[in-house]
Amino acid sequence: MSSAAPPGTTFLTGWGRTAPTPARLVRPATAEQVAATVRRAPERGVAARGLGRAYGDAAQNAGGLVVDCTALTSWSLDETTGLVTAGAGLSLHDLMAALVPRGWFVPVTPGTRHVTVGGAVAADVHGKNHHVDSSFGAHLRALTLVTAGGEVRTLTPADDLFWATVGGMGLTGVIVEAVFRCVPIATSRVRVDTERTRDLDHTLETMAATDDRYRYTVAWIDLLARGGRMGRSVLTRGDHAAREELPRGADPLEFSPRSLLAAPPWAPNGLLNPLTVRAFNEAWYLKSRPGTSVQGLAPFFHPLDFVDGWNRVYGSRGFVQYQFVVPFGQEATLRRIVARLSAEGVVSFLTVLKRFGPGTPGMLSFPMPGWTLALDIPAGQRGLAGLLRAFDERVAEAGGRLYLAKDSRMTAATMAATYPRLAEWRKVRDEADPDGVFRTDLARRLGL
Amino acid sequence: MRNALGSVDTVLLLGGRSEIGLAIVERLVSGGARRVVLAARDAAGGEPPVIGEAEVHLLDFDASRPETHGEVIEAAAKLVGDLDVVIPAFGVLGRQADYDADPVAAAEAVAVNYGGHVSAGLHAARRLREQGHGTLVVLSSVAGVRVRRANFVYGSAKAGLDGFAQGLGDALHGSGARVMVVRPGFVVGRMTEGMTPAPLSSTPGQVADAVVAGLRSGAETVWVPGALRPMFAVMRVLPRAVWRRMPR
Repeated sequence: MSSAAPPGTTFLTGWGRTAPTPARLVRPATAEQVAATVRRAPERGVAARGLGRAYGDAAQNAGGLVVDCTALTSWSLDETTGLVTAGAGLSLHDLMAALVPRGWFVPVTPGTRHVTVGGAVAADVHGKNHHVDSSFGAHLRALTLVTAGGEVRTLTPADDLFWATVGGMGLTGVIVEAVFRCVPIATSRVRVDTERTRDLDHTLETMAATDDRYRYTVAWIDLLARGGRMGRSVLTRGDHAAREELPRGADPLEFSPRSLLAAPPWAPNGLLNPLTVRAFNEAWYLKSRPGTSVQGLAPFFHPLDFVDGWNRVYGSRGFVQYQFVVPFGQEATLRRIVARLSAEGVVSFLTVLKRFGPGTPGMLSFPMPGWTLALDIPAGQRGLAGLLRAFDERVAEAGGRLYLAKDSRMTAATMAATYPRLAEWRKVRDEADPDGVFRTDLARRLGL
Repeated sequence: MRNALGSVDTVLLLGGRSEIGLAIVERLVSGGARRVVLAARDAAGGEPPVIGEAEVHLLDFDASRPETHGEVIEAAAKLVGDLDVVIPAFGVLGRQADYDADPVAAAEAVAVNYGGHVSAGLHAARRLREQGHGTLVVLSSVAGVRVRRANFVYGSAKAGLDGFAQGLGDALHGSGARVMVVRPGFVVGRMTEGMTPAPLSSTPGQVADAVVAGLRSGAETVWVPGALRPMFAVMRVLPRAVWRRMPR
């Protein structure tokens, strides 16, 4: 950030690089140090932060203290049960690098490996397997939480506080460790079926009809395609590949993903405009040849991780990610929103559509059975605030909601109207943290 | 908390009956602000106006009593939490001829137009600095950019205020809190009723639109209308002998 922060403080933003605020940042090395820090909480409160991949203000605390958890990186694997015990600051990248060669994979991975275990729990992250495996919280066996009183508590799914913490955006305490079940894999490759669809209806039909045959599915939508091609998509659906599908002599469990490119440290505002994005989308659509192929885990799950710091290509004004879910039966809302985005020429590349399965008991968890659409939009786009407010209303009317890990702009009223278990969550949180020790900019914005 | 697109949640308007101030508040509310404090003389206990769907609170505030300003800011923060935008919008215009005839009245007007803003501004700045975020909107005027003989008492207070606001903005740099200086020209409204509008005049609504756009973009200075900026770049360097002959 260009602003010089006062001594001892740092300006922080989320991945979207909008709305920076200053905070004092500390990086404890142990759970006990986290607890000691929480016991000395300043008046403006404490927020936990991992790798800063939430897009908005979830890991910021204006004028307060932010606990950087990335030094909590211990881990162990029970090879008989597949149970992993991991420090909250361990990244899924480091965890995969350790697990995959041993024949294990994380139960859920979001579109980037560069999130921490603590962040994955706090946001109850989902991945391409949500329709079969639900979200991260569904695989958790236990959590260790530093509470407002500075105690180190172990929680299990039998505790209300456990389900207030899963998806609770770090507002119930600082997560310091998690125990979760991993999945055995025979290879580090994925057998991928790629298919191109003509338009949105074709996309929805194909996904509804074929999703259940695959463990991992997602659709990339070309939002700039209009008219009869509106909503045309590339569907990629995969399963972990078996050994016999690999070429002879290949190391079946090799995992050494690298980023191939780094985004330049500076990009002009407006680099991503309708022309450049239209060209990119066209190329992406055409290069995605229908058929079956065997890919590495990284290119299949984390295509954007190939470009380090890709968030910088949006320029200094940053960008907004908008991700909503609407229940099955509310496809009309999805269609109207896609039509409006397409008509307005909203500049979004890599817009993804996914079919969700059942959610977890997380009180503020985002996923529910239905359709979720996620898109990135440059924050400087004219009229964006009004457009997204109109979408908020439609999503709320349809009984859907927005993903807190992506959100950087919804209002407290929208939040209250779309998270039916908010009151229940507040009750549990207020019991665990009566004085409001845990505070983030997101919590202030949404009145949590 | 200001969101990624520059919308805010809470607003404190000091001078809670100001036409420009209320026009700004209305626009912030339609942009998503949900809690408003209007602070004005003898306001407490009254019926709060309806502003969209916002929760509106009233507080007593007397610009001419700086010793009370700190309490008002604290009371506002107690009512609505962090203050995202603070707008001191109080002030008196007055006629130069009347000030010439009554120097005491002139000193009192300056005490409100300048001194009151210094006190309220410093108290607000302290609060915003602690919060680590928030914007103080200072309603300066082109009258203070270069003071004219036609209204030099008012203009000199605005000149002081403009300098104060710039200095305060620099002092807050890096704290997360910010100052936005607004320089309207002649504003056609209650305050200027009966006066002939000057060229490049604007309405309270136009000033409010410009303020809201400035808050969204994070501007440090807003001229209303924008054409006044290049115009005053020239006005500032006109020879004194020419400037003195400006009709008004």
